[in-house]
Amino acid sequence: MLTPPQVVDTYFLESRHQILEIAALMDRYDAAVERSGAGGSDAAERKLEVLRRALAIAADPRPAGERTVALLELFATV
Amino acid sequence: MQIIQPHYHAIARTAQDYERMAMSGVVAVAEPAFWAGFDRLYPETFIDYFRQISEFEPTRAAQYGIRHFCWVAVNPKEAENPGLTRAVLEHFPEFFAKPTVLGVGETGLHKSTKNEIESLEAHVDLAMKHGQLVLIHTPHLADKAHGTRKVLEVLAGMNVDPERIWIDHVEEQTIKPVLDAGYWAGFTLYPITKCSPKRAVDMLEKYGTERILVNSSADWGPSDPFLLQECVLEYRRRGRSLQEAIEVFHNNPCRFLGQNPKFDIKPIRVETADTVTA
Repeated sequence: MLTPPQVVDTYFLESRHQILEIAALMDRYDAAVERSGAGGSDAAERKLEVLRRALAIAADPRPAGERTVALLELFATV
Repeated sequence: MQIIQPHYHAIARTAQDYERMAMSGVVAVAEPAFWAGFDRLYPETFIDYFRQISEFEPTRAAQYGIRHFCWVAVNPKEAENPGLTRAVLEHFPEFFAKPTVLGVGETGLHKSTKNEIESLEAHVDLAMKHGQLVLIHTPHLADKAHGTRKVLEVLAGMNVDPERIWIDHVEEQTIKPVLDAGYWAGFTLYPITKCSPKRAVDMLEKYGTERILVNSSADWGPSDPFLLQECVLEYRRRGRSLQEAIEVFHNNPCRFLGQNPKFDIKPIRVETADTVTA
């Protein structure tokens, strides 16, 4: 089993990469909206909103339960 | 599709990588001098390394129909020994005369120390005096923005031709000043520590394709030469034509590297039977 510092040290770069990919997706969406002059479909907007809520759940320092469980339940709504 | 891999540390990779690259369209690689994972102590160690990448490695690549070119440099991580750097630099002209050496690289900064800056200046100065191309490494992760600014400051104080200088490993926070100053900018694709294929294509969409080189480096650490092909796929799946992809992943390397006449691979254009003129 890893110690708390080991958990952070072991997975920091990988998590940094994953968060950058999500940020790039959000930037890509904004750029597409700007290019096309229109927003996404209702379904696309719903998915995007779920992603935003998911990020908040993942970043919650004191969740009521496991974050992964909450996220999987959230993703099941779209 | 024909692809050129402009930054590839071949000696750290297997022949199987060459074989798979050849099967996936790679026609040429260019190998900058790299850090060995430890600080070398003797000039002779560098000389033998330069012989390996300028004499032996082309023969290994040729077995798979891939052209191999290279660059010479003392890596910024080894710049804290100025005497060693000076001794190695004295040998550069003999390598500039070799048929596959394209210039000086990768020089640059790692922690942006005084010795690193002096080494960078000496490398660039020597390259300019000998009419060589230059490939500049910018730092990783937390040091990147500061180190890139420092590189630009150093170059601004020198008599250089920006068209002949490629500043590598740019990311979203460093690409604009590099392009604005007239240099070529390189995107280096890594599994987690540098740019990703998707983010590279985002930058191509935002900044255009002029003076951009995309590479996947590939060295002895966690890396993957085929991220370059993944980037081609990502570019095409966003609606770009085959010719547009060729412009980025084949013709741009031809345009930059071809400033050295030793790199004689020419830009290509896709034509259909009815567009070919006699």
